[in-house]
Amino acid sequence: MTEQAADRSPEIGGRALKRAMAKAQGRAKRRAVLLVAPLLLFILITFVAPIGQMLFRSVHNDGFSANMPALAAWFAENPEGTMPDEAAYAALATDLKMARENKTAGTVGTRINYEIGGTRSLFTSGARKAEDLKPPFARSVPEMDEDWADPQLWQVMRTASSAYTASFYLAALDLTRDADGHIVGVEEGRAVYVGLFFKTLWMSGLITVLCLILGYPVAHLLATLPLAKSNLLMILVLLPFWTSLLVRTTSWMVLLQEQGVINNTLVATGVLQDDNRLAMIYNQTGTIIAMVHILLPFMILPLYSVMRPIKPHYVRAARSLGATSWTAFRRVYLPQTVPGIGAGALLVFILAVGYYITPALVGGASGQLISNLIAYHMQDSLNWSMAAALAAILLAAVLVLYWLYDRLVGIDNLKLG
Amino acid sequence: MLSVNPRTDGFVVFDHVQKTYNGEDLVVKDLDLSIAKGEFLTMLGPSGSGKTTCLMMLAGFETATKGEIFLDGQPINSVPPHKRGIGMVFQNYALFPHMSVGENLSFPLEVRGMSKDAREAKIMRALDMVQMGKFANRRPAQLSGGQQQRIALARALVFDPALVLMDEPLGALDKQLREHMQFEIKRLHDELGITVVYVTHDQGEALTMSDRIAVFNDGRIQQIAPPATLYETPENLFVASFIGENNRLEGKVEEITDGRALIRLTSGEVIAATAVNVHRKGQRTVVSIRPERIEFKPEMMSDGAHTLDATVLEVVYMGDILRARLRVAGTDEFIMKYRNTIGQTRLEPGQTVRIGWHPADARALDPI
Ligand SMILES: Nc1ncnc2c1ncn2[C@@H]1O[C@H](COP(=O)(O)OP(=O)(O)OP(=O)(O)O)[C@@H](O)[C@H]1O
Ligand SMILES: [Mg+2]
Repeated sequence: MTEQAADRSPEIGGRALKRAMAKAQGRAKRRAVLLVAPLLLFILITFVAPIGQMLFRSVHNDGFSANMPALAAWFAENPEGTMPDEAAYAALATDLKMARENKTAGTVGTRINYEIGGTRSLFTSGARKAEDLKPPFARSVPEMDEDWADPQLWQVMRTASSAYTASFYLAALDLTRDADGHIVGVEEGRAVYVGLFFKTLWMSGLITVLCLILGYPVAHLLATLPLAKSNLLMILVLLPFWTSLLVRTTSWMVLLQEQGVINNTLVATGVLQDDNRLAMIYNQTGTIIAMVHILLPFMILPLYSVMRPIKPHYVRAARSLGATSWTAFRRVYLPQTVPGIGAGALLVFILAVGYYITPALVGGASGQLISNLIAYHMQDSLNWSMAAALAAILLAAVLVLYWLYDRLVGIDNLKLG
Repeated sequence: MLSVNPRTDGFVVFDHVQKTYNGEDLVVKDLDLSIAKGEFLTMLGPSGSGKTTCLMMLAGFETATKGEIFLDGQPINSVPPHKRGIGMVFQNYALFPHMSVGENLSFPLEVRGMSKDAREAKIMRALDMVQMGKFANRRPAQLSGGQQQRIALARALVFDPALVLMDEPLGALDKQLREHMQFEIKRLHDELGITVVYVTHDQGEALTMSDRIAVFNDGRIQQIAPPATLYETPENLFVASFIGENNRLEGKVEEITDGRALIRLTSGEVIAATAVNVHRKGQRTVVSIRPERIEFKPEMMSDGAHTLDATVLEVVYMGDILRARLRVAGTDEFIMKYRNTIGQTRLEPGQTVRIGWHPADARALDPI
């Protein structure tokens, strides 16, 4: 009876219904995918792929492992802690000979040099002399250069014998492995990264706070002024965007340097002695001043977009209820601008953490940020894996901040415009 | 205009107050107004007539350009808003969106440094007063418009102000809710004995709620009087046409004695009217008559009433009443309203009738 009913019914049910729906919507979906495909591709090529590549590089370097196969095999067979024996030195000699033929001794040396300074020449000269080595290699190799017997070197070669390594991350955190493979801190004088990470974070924090203090009243003015005047002010706020970053930074140099406008004025008016000129640039102060100026619009705009729709009624209501203007601001106006504060602060902070040009130009020695060190590894030391590891840590730090913000303020509260 | 002695008269006194925003145009022109303690005074007027401006000056958000405002005998021009102790209800409620209902009500008590227990008791009392006792933990966004309005009302009353200002508080509500809230506000006014200054441009609202209505136009009070007086004896053409429906007939004064005038209409007929602002024979004037005061059945008219011929152009059925548009004395826009009772005479378009009214209901207003 139920079957008969189903037969007569023109309705379709269950799976058939789903199929019909999929068919009906399929065309529209395919078209939608086609429309976004170019953008998707663009994002994949320009964003996801490079970041993936960077993360990969930070844990992968086959400069040693690919060119020293025999030694790599020996490390694989013998557990950590085994003293290098005759077989090990023989494998080393074979690999050095091969490196000579393939002209890869430099690459191999560079990889080890990342972790023990000055070892690149050990490999290049070793490869040059490898032809003449005679067994027993355990004697002849160290005779060539006694550094070959250094247990630290063997430890480093063991780590490098695998293409995948955490040693760049260790180095980026001022850590290293000792001869026994234990993770230890590097000696005092060579620890640079962790300090710089923290310095980058607190300087970015300071820049964010300064931007907030300077930007909040401006945004409020923008939001409450009549439209004609606020448009003019808005142009002034946006003006920096239309000027080249280099021009702006250079103008700060003109203003702040020792023989610059500000110092000259102060000396001319007798506020400062001529030999007492303020050092406001090529140091931390210079970086902070210039970056606050450059990042200020990123604070003002989200604040403005949040403040604009807040009607004056709220503050008036608070006043009529007996609040002083300060209480009305603190309890009624300020809380309503929190989404803008959050968005602006997050934006400025994240931009500041990764900022490069300005500290490079006006930062001098003390005003450098972590990004300048990343650039150094990319351009000068050519240790891309190290640069990648530093960048990855920076990325992780920003993501953690983002997560923290979400927990504290809520990401739906973010308002960028 | 009445002249006031600010120190003795009235709870709220505007003494020759003027206001300009741009230094050129006076938005409020020489306002003299005295409001008694416990009075429900409504400011009624078209958009831009200066009602909100008056309220803002009283609340302290705008300063009077000239003149002085007194509250309870004290000049308050230089008292900041938060020290005036005036409750205020805004048109768009202005409930703080980031606070719950309870926190909203707690705010005026906190800034007055009241203890937590005292606050809670007051909040509950105020919420119960507007029948919103269960909503203390909601956010304003989770309330309907009418509920938000009640909370705004409760918040303005929770700190026991003697004076409450309301600027079109019901403007955003639908008709039914509005009528209900009018009733509620009136009840609270009666129960609490507060003084209310109420702004609206809904004349029905003004008529039903107020002790007195001040009709504003162009920065001046045109007339201030209790609702019935205002409706039945408007003092000028603006008030007559702004409040209620109004028929206008133009003519010239033929005779004038003891406040009674005979007016010869443009079409030649003569009617009797009460002289309000006309004083001389020969003045041109406008006679105003309410549509519901017009009679078309001879037995309802007083003896010797002046009657006019009228042609029915259109009859609109409005439920409780019928509204007929007539051609009278050369105008096609003459409106007559009559009750929809059993046995009421049915009028048809094209029919001719004779209409009349009591001379007291025809008011010869401004000379033109
Ligand atoms: N802040 C202001 N700056 C300049 N002009 C103003 C300001 N506020 C009001 N006005 C002007 O003052 C006049 C009276 O405005 P007001 O708001 O008092 O009118 P209103 O009677 O409340 O009108 P509505 O019924 O539309 O609310 C208007 O012409 C208005 O344009
Ligand atoms: Mg208004």
